[in-house]
Amino acid sequence: MSEKPRLIYFNGRGRMESVRWLLAAARVEFEEIFLDTREQYVKLIKDGSLMFQQVPLVEIDGMKMVQTRAILSYIAGKYNLYGKDLKERAFIDMYVEGITDLMHMILMFPFSPPEAKEKNLALITERATHRYFPVFEKALKQHGQDFLVGNQVSWADIQLMEVILAVEEKTPAVLSAFPQLQAFKTRMSNMPAIKKFLQPGSPRKPPPDDHYVSTVLKVLAEE
Amino acid sequence: MSGKPKLHYFNGRGRMESIRWLLAAAGVEFDECFLETRDDLLKLQKSGTLLFQQVPMVEIDGMKMVQTRAIGNYIAAKYNLYGKDLKERALIDMYVEAIIDLDELLMMYALQPADKKEQYLANIVDKATNRYFPVYEKVLKDHGQDFLVGNQLSRADVQLLEALLMAEEYKSDILAKFPLLQSFKARISNVPTIKKFLQPGSQRKPPLQEKDLPKVMKIFNLGH
Repeated sequence: MSEKPRLIYFNGRGRMESVRWLLAAARVEFEEIFLDTREQYVKLIKDGSLMFQQVPLVEIDGMKMVQTRAILSYIAGKYNLYGKDLKERAFIDMYVEGITDLMHMILMFPFSPPEAKEKNLALITERATHRYFPVFEKALKQHGQDFLVGNQVSWADIQLMEVILAVEEKTPAVLSAFPQLQAFKTRMSNMPAIKKFLQPGSPRKPPPDDHYVSTVLKVLAEE
Repeated sequence: MSGKPKLHYFNGRGRMESIRWLLAAAGVEFDECFLETRDDLLKLQKSGTLLFQQVPMVEIDGMKMVQTRAIGNYIAAKYNLYGKDLKERALIDMYVEAIIDLDELLMMYALQPADKKEQYLANIVDKATNRYFPVYEKVLKDHGQDFLVGNQLSRADVQLLEALLMAEEYKSDILAKFPLLQSFKARISNVPTIKKFLQPGSQRKPPLQEKDLPKVMKIFNLGH
């Protein structure tokens, strides 16, 4: 029986991508099962594998974990990416939650109706440049350290890296006013585990396309 | 200077209510500073005390904490409501995350247009009784213990009780098919700190009244 964590999700980023990033950064190899059909999904529900009838599902350490944040917290806690004490964890949590709000806008973007896409894209860029990135730019500037919290790499750094790249895919010059974040991005890209994850052939998934959107809608039978 | 946590929010449940529950359950006294107008929120934003320009914000242990989950995590861990190890925390997190999903559904009811409310309510009842409540009923049945995780009170129990009571406000017999959740509700309501919070005069907030909705919408600049 494999000891590697096993990820069950669509063959695309969605809510599982942050889990892939975190496991990769922690140098944990994992397997993936991709949902392509509604039948697979219905079977998972009937088997009782999905606690709340939803994916992501991650089989890890004998548990069938659901709920993205629960999964990420567990991985961060297990692989020492959650700070050294309660206060560091508080800051990591605050940063991660802010980033997750921005990520959520990006996640939902492909599913928004065509007439709303331009407005949503503008909102993503606006929020990134005025609400979220300034916070992290300031944090890095104030303590002058390489990482957001506690002078060591944490879940917050990995999520920030993920969201920076995701926003850049939509707005390439988004970091132009953020020199600290530019340097942060370079530094993180050069960390061996992340460098490997950013190379072709890694489990990292490409940006969502029409095929991904239609697969998700079909599997979940969303109207 | 008071050592008590200080909560910044409007005078209503919203996203702050689960924090009030958690502090109350932990027996921690707290102060509240209510936003009455949009200007109050703008002032707070301009003062630079809101990390992402949003409330809830809780001043606690020298930090100005934002993001409901981060605040909840900190309080739960500090006051020993987060299980004894990583695996118990994983279970608590899974249970709590789903309850938060249900809470969101309940919270959004007030914002539905009048002609959509009935259908929305049907959806709430469907999700509550078919997706969420059966899970917790089964958990309690399987281990036969008083609490959801690790045989001791945790944040999961506190948040579940909050959700059960809120759901009952929408449909009073919503727990009819869930005997173990009914006894869970009675049991957790009798935990002394929680019993106190459930009494009149506590800092628990009432459900949002229709007449108060415009004021809340104005503060948060919603629906324009």
